[in-house]
Amino acid sequence: MDLLLAILIGLLAAVAVYLILDRNLFRILIGLALLAQAANLLVFSAAGLGDGTTAVIDKKADAPAENAPDALAQALVLTAIVISFGVLAFCITLLKRTHRRSSQSDISALSHIDS
Amino acid sequence: MTQLSFLAPLLVLVPFFFGTVSIATRNVPAVQRFLVVLASGANFALAGWLFLEDQKQDAPTEVSFGAWETPVGIAFFIDGLSALMVVVAALIGFCGALFACGEIGRTLWRRNYAFFYLLLLGGINGAFLTGDLFNMFVWFEVMLIASFAMIVLGRRKHTLEGATKYVVINMVSSFFFLSGLGILYGKAGSLNLADIASRVAESNSDPLILTSGALLLIAFGIKAGVFPLYFWLPASYPHAGFTTAAVFGGLLTKVGVYALFRVFGGALGFASELTGPIFLVVGAATMIMGVLGAASQFHVRRILSFHIISQIGYLVLGLGLFTQGAFAAAIFYTAHHILVKSNLFFSAGLIARATGSERLERIGGLFKERPLLAFLFLIPALSLGGIPPLSGFFAKFLIIRETLREEAWIYAGIALAVGVITLFSMTKIWAEAFWKDHPRREKLDRIKPIQVVPVILLATGTILIGIFVQPVHEVSERAATQLIEQNQVATVAEAETP
Repeated sequence: MDLLLAILIGLLAAVAVYLILDRNLFRILIGLALLAQAANLLVFSAAGLGDGTTAVIDKKADAPAENAPDALAQALVLTAIVISFGVLAFCITLLKRTHRRSSQSDISALSHIDS
Repeated sequence: MTQLSFLAPLLVLVPFFFGTVSIATRNVPAVQRFLVVLASGANFALAGWLFLEDQKQDAPTEVSFGAWETPVGIAFFIDGLSALMVVVAALIGFCGALFACGEIGRTLWRRNYAFFYLLLLGGINGAFLTGDLFNMFVWFEVMLIASFAMIVLGRRKHTLEGATKYVVINMVSSFFFLSGLGILYGKAGSLNLADIASRVAESNSDPLILTSGALLLIAFGIKAGVFPLYFWLPASYPHAGFTTAAVFGGLLTKVGVYALFRVFGGALGFASELTGPIFLVVGAATMIMGVLGAASQFHVRRILSFHIISQIGYLVLGLGLFTQGAFAAAIFYTAHHILVKSNLFFSAGLIARATGSERLERIGGLFKERPLLAFLFLIPALSLGGIPPLSGFFAKFLIIRETLREEAWIYAGIALAVGVITLFSMTKIWAEAFWKDHPRREKLDRIKPIQVVPVILLATGTILIGIFVQPVHEVSERAATQLIEQNQVATVAEAETP
């Protein structure tokens, strides 16, 4: 499972980097979304996945099971997902407006500001 | 102790509360102005109180929430460094509010400028005060969302284009931050910065720790604008509003530098043999690239933006030397630099207001028509260049003294040379905008008095730091000692467990 996740994270990050380096604004956006997922999965798996038991404490027990994964890491990921969702929503609006204002979807054409 | 435990949360709550109230009254500019000035004034008063309270303490204070003791609970960590940063940031916040009263028009107030401004101030306070790495990430995001919104509120074409680059690069940096802290947590099992220091010191060459360190270095490097990660900065700052650019220029990059200090000076300080040389080279390159970039520009705020970068280089250099004296020098430098840089951006606003442009070839005549403004510009400009007896001289002196003590001759030479070129850029603005006659106009536009107040306040601050060097330096030395002690505790723990 660890190996599988590692490959998946690597793949997501690679695709994300490829897309972010593209000139098309829409592709950059997709790249950012994928990069967010890669980072979230990384945090999720970095703290250890356990052996498949849930991080929830059983009704009868007063401590989590022996091999349970770290619940804090999962809480962190939840927060990170919410944040990346909000920021992405903002980003979509911004790129849409930029696109409409300068009628360009090519980021290298957005060079008025560099002169 | 008791006072700190209610002051620290208030520094976040007060800006957020007034910000929320301001949404309800966004159609009435007068009320918006009143609320922004009131809230940032209250914020400054609280920050000053926190600073004075902290000076009385012997050790850093942890304020944990919800009755969970650290390292389990989430805590605010108040030491010399965070208290100093908070009070300087709050001063800029107050000055920015005054400047905004003159600059921001009805449309922008209606688009909730006040809310985002106060959200930004609260977020900055949170980022400085938190003692927990994940919470630092959350505060960074709060700050970023507010800064994204403030940049694009004007909705002009150039602003949107600058903002696109700013937003994309900052999102990438956030994901670097998140990945780095995730891996670090997986290894150390703690997010509390002081706790991390003692937990990971034993395994200082562990590949996971080094990976997370590298990721965090890139994340904070982008935010701080160090070489080679600074290109977004001059592309976005000069096109935001004047208040926005002044507050960003003074504070946002410095939050990145603060994070570098907290993580690489404190929590991961044991790795200084590895990170030190990186910071030295990066710092030197940042200074040179920034100052050369500034020398080639002919737009007031673009020059100033490049100077932010070159000054960040001095701070990173201080971090790279990794002695108590160098930390103290860098902290002193940060405090001085925030005041001076925001002040120059405010002055740029006044210059543009009076002459109608920021392009040096299109403006002039300020010395004849606005002698007071010329005088006020000269104070931060000379201070930035390091002319005694202003604050910049002592800041540069302290840094260079440390490089000489450490026998890092090359870096001392670079730091001196960059100071001279800085002065060259400032003279360029002076000669073009102030000395020469305005190419087209006889009369200059009127400046609103309320916009001069922040410039006067900050110029006074610069002069005061220049006069009271000793007390300010003692404050920074105390902050540096507390920061260094964090990783000394860790090293002692390492020695005890062979």
